[in-house]
Amino acid sequence: MKTTISLYVNKRKYHLDVEPRETLLEVLREKLCLISVHRGCQEGECGVCTVLLDGDPVNSCLILAVQADGARITTLEGLRKDSELHPLMKSFLEQHGFQCGYCTPGFLLTAYALLSRPKKLSEGEIREAIAGNLCRCTGYVNIVKSIEAAANQKDAGNWW
Amino acid sequence: MKNFIGSRVLPDMVYHRPESMDEAKSLLNKLQQFRVVAGCTDFIPAIRRGAWRFEDGLNILAVKNVRELKGIAEQGNTVTIGAASTLSEIENSPVIKKHSPILADTVKEMASWQIRNTATIGGNLCTASPAADMAPPLLVLDAKVTVSGPDKEKTLPLNEFFRGPGQTILHSDEILTWIQFPALKKGERTFHIKMGRRNAFTLSIISLSVWLRIKDGDFEGVRIAFGAVAPTPMRAHRTEEFLKGNKVSPEIIDKGAEIAAGEVSPISDVRASAEYRKDMAYVLTKKALTACVL
Repeated sequence: MKTTISLYVNKRKYHLDVEPRETLLEVLREKLCLISVHRGCQEGECGVCTVLLDGDPVNSCLILAVQADGARITTLEGLRKDSELHPLMKSFLEQHGFQCGYCTPGFLLTAYALLSRPKKLSEGEIREAIAGNLCRCTGYVNIVKSIEAAANQKDAGNWW
Repeated sequence: MKNFIGSRVLPDMVYHRPESMDEAKSLLNKLQQFRVVAGCTDFIPAIRRGAWRFEDGLNILAVKNVRELKGIAEQGNTVTIGAASTLSEIENSPVIKKHSPILADTVKEMASWQIRNTATIGGNLCTASPAADMAPPLLVLDAKVTVSGPDKEKTLPLNEFFRGPGQTILHSDEILTWIQFPALKKGERTFHIKMGRRNAFTLSIISLSVWLRIKDGDFEGVRIAFGAVAPTPMRAHRTEEFLKGNKVSPEIIDKGAEIAAGEVSPISDVRASAEYRKDMAYVLTKKALTACVL
């Protein structure tokens, strides 16, 4: 039985009719065409479906869309600003923090949430924070370097 | 493709989202068949892999917004945690860091940041995996849990909450509402160790919590609890009895660790053999007690 929910996704408000069985992943990807949100393990282990819910990273495959009623959701599309690359994305480009790119949206959002919290981070703390995002290509070294390089920028965390 | 994770669709569900215990209780009275859910971080994966099956039309009672189930507070030296508190809320709570740091330390090692932002302490206890990470620290804190049915409430020690792997004393019309324990007093120390197959985001092969009170160089109070080495999370009573009253020394700690290894009854599974778990019960008890007395 469908219910209407409100979602604030990337700063726009949507009213959607969803069934309780639909996960947030399915709604974002298939109803709103936000295809940066990837489908992976479907059980919350790989993190490729990571989105920010009220600023915190969550696995969208484990959230029923009805449970997200009224929430603020950020996907990677929300980090766009016309044709300008977000500084985090620039950092991943410069430090070669991706290969096939499938896990990258999840990593970028987790890193975005991590760097928006005012705290000086050690490599160990970065690694702990990204433990919920798996990558089969890179071996993680360049991902951590990308996040560190972004964190060391002087206006880190104060981007859009 | 039958056993491929993600191949099973979620059933057609009827979603109920009470905002108060009164609303929840009237739903408990009204609905015939239902399932209480909160974070769904165990619920959804279990359906996907076929471990739990439900008919279409399942009523789900989502309790994450019930206001009485939220909140972490300390009053009169008792800490109360609402069952719908997320693991992240517990990890970041100044009340927990001050009055029961062992819980914050334990949560930090659970799952991933994403899961911790969604999963709840109530869910961890009600799913009742023998490896439930929240159980050993709560057991050594002497926690009590409150369970609410449609017309009554009862409070019981967490020790009596688990019945077997995946089973609790909850009736089909009951909800776990909150968890309470005494705040840590001066002179009491706690320690927690988790061992898994890898460094992060791993199920426990064995987990262990210790609570100690030392007086004049003797073990005055001892509580030790294990996870993943018995059908339910357990207290190691014989080990506690041995240590109590004895002098704090490496020899006593060694003997105590041996007794602990004899008290656990692990199984062999995909993660580790029973023999390894017993060996690690000895090693980790020794490690935890030594770290705790320093």
